[in-house]
Amino acid sequence: MKSKKSRLEKHHIEDLVGRSYMAFCVLLLIVIIISMVYFVASKGLSTFITGGVSVGEFFFGTKWAPEADTPSFGAFPFISGSFLVTLLAALIASPLSICAALFMTEIVPGWGKKLLQPVIELLAGIPSVVYGFIGLSVIVPFLRDTFPGQGIGVAAGALVLSVMILPTITSVAADALAALPQNLKESSFALGATRWQTISRVILPTTMPSIMTGVVLGMARAFGEALAVQMVIGNAPFVPKSLFESASTLTSVITLSMGNTTMGSSYNNALWSMALVLMLMTFAFVGLVRLLERRNKI
Amino acid sequence: MKPRTVDKIATSLIVFFALFIVAILVGLLGYILFRGLSHISWDFLTSAPQKIRAGGGVGPQLFNSLFLLVLTLIITVPLGLGAGIFMAEYARPGKLTGFIRLIVEVLSSFPSIVVGLFGLLLIVNYFDLGFSMISGALALTVFNLPLMVRITEQAFRSVPKQQKEAGFALGLSKWKIVTTVLFPVALPTIITGTILSAGRVFGEAAALMFTAGMSSPRLDFTNWNPLSPSSPLNPFRPAETLAVHIWKVNSEGLAPDAVEIAAGASAVLVITVLLFNLGARFFGRFIYRKLTASKRMN
Repeated sequence: MKSKKSRLEKHHIEDLVGRSYMAFCVLLLIVIIISMVYFVASKGLSTFITGGVSVGEFFFGTKWAPEADTPSFGAFPFISGSFLVTLLAALIASPLSICAALFMTEIVPGWGKKLLQPVIELLAGIPSVVYGFIGLSVIVPFLRDTFPGQGIGVAAGALVLSVMILPTITSVAADALAALPQNLKESSFALGATRWQTISRVILPTTMPSIMTGVVLGMARAFGEALAVQMVIGNAPFVPKSLFESASTLTSVITLSMGNTTMGSSYNNALWSMALVLMLMTFAFVGLVRLLERRNKI
Repeated sequence: MKPRTVDKIATSLIVFFALFIVAILVGLLGYILFRGLSHISWDFLTSAPQKIRAGGGVGPQLFNSLFLLVLTLIITVPLGLGAGIFMAEYARPGKLTGFIRLIVEVLSSFPSIVVGLFGLLLIVNYFDLGFSMISGALALTVFNLPLMVRITEQAFRSVPKQQKEAGFALGLSKWKIVTTVLFPVALPTIITGTILSAGRVFGEAAALMFTAGMSSPRLDFTNWNPLSPSSPLNPFRPAETLAVHIWKVNSEGLAPDAVEIAAGASAVLVITVLLFNLGARFFGRFIYRKLTASKRMN
């Protein structure tokens, strides 16, 4: 008689309510991601299914004229622009970030971390539109005065992005360096190696997979960044011939044109296809990070 | 060259680049504050923007940003807590947990513009909420939820195991332990993380352009009826935020003082994010002292 009653005691009901609430939250996460993939994919694929644009034309066509009499939807200028600024930004930011991480963990572990940690956090906190505004009012005029061209272009975009991804790469790299077992370093010093020899031959080679994780995360951020890039890159729909020529990225063309096209038109659908490309690239970046993490474990 | 000389050169290079990053941040903040502070006045912070004349302010935008942030946190925090507690305390290692973890990772790496487009498709068009505050808040929820889940999970994981075991030894149910033993200890970390994520939400623009809209109706700050279209509290009106306003002024602003407005608004945005950063540190410590018997944070 007693045991039957204890089945429904207050804490059992509480436990049940708590568990069902948590299940609801987790279910919501799953619903969000499935509906995101479904909606963006169904919109993005309609360019190829009902729009009659071939996959090859979309990915490798260089002519972007969605409003011409015979419209053509070659998105290659945007795809190449995205990859170009992302790679350049990673090339600029990675060495700087690795130096900063070494500074924090190897050169002056005490106040180096105290100085750079807040700097990194603040750099990460500055909103992207503010980066765009500074790029437009500092970097673009500087490039215009120093190099041929209008200042706006791939170089300006890559510079702005490189500052934006510095914090991502630095914090991952610093964590990786801090997690390195001390005895590796100590045995290198015991052999009479200088600090730089230890860093270049022991520390960096061992932590490289983890540092690459940071670089990939930074590239993912750079690839998806929209407004800061759009403000400084110039937005010309061509494959640039030099770094100081106006260009476009996937995000910049979506930002500019999505509001001005009608839902369901083939122009609009082409923009959704680009959003789908952005989404697929996110999957690729996450997959790459997973791969690097797995390699790091062994 | 002698290894010792190489070591010296390499060390000074690393120090140089690390200090260069500090210089970038100092330069960025100095530039924004130098350009913007002179334009900030009580009038600038409270008056409505002007389309073609000089002297417009950012009053409604600032209000929209803050209100949208509050709405977003009201939706995100409970959901993030639920899913985060599940991941930390209830999820057993296995395929399903791995899958949920992957979802959180993918969701948090989606570019914000893709989140905005998803919001445009599902919330604005499909659910027919239009360009409105509530659409923006829901889009920001998608953007902020994975972060919130991660913050909660880490906060609960960092609670010492003995606390939980002591609870079990007293015969408490698991849900009771989670809510009355673990939660107060995890709360300071959760609050710190939430405030930091709030800074990120406050500066977000790309996810809001196509959900909360790029215009703000004439607001009547004496009308506090949430259902009236001119009331600032109405969640179903379009709401251009500060970050979106900076972008709009920079790219299509017609006012003669557009650059000054962008500089002033950028300064407001950056100062707010700085305040969030500082507030996160102090408030976390304060709450910890209030809720636990300890005198200081370890």
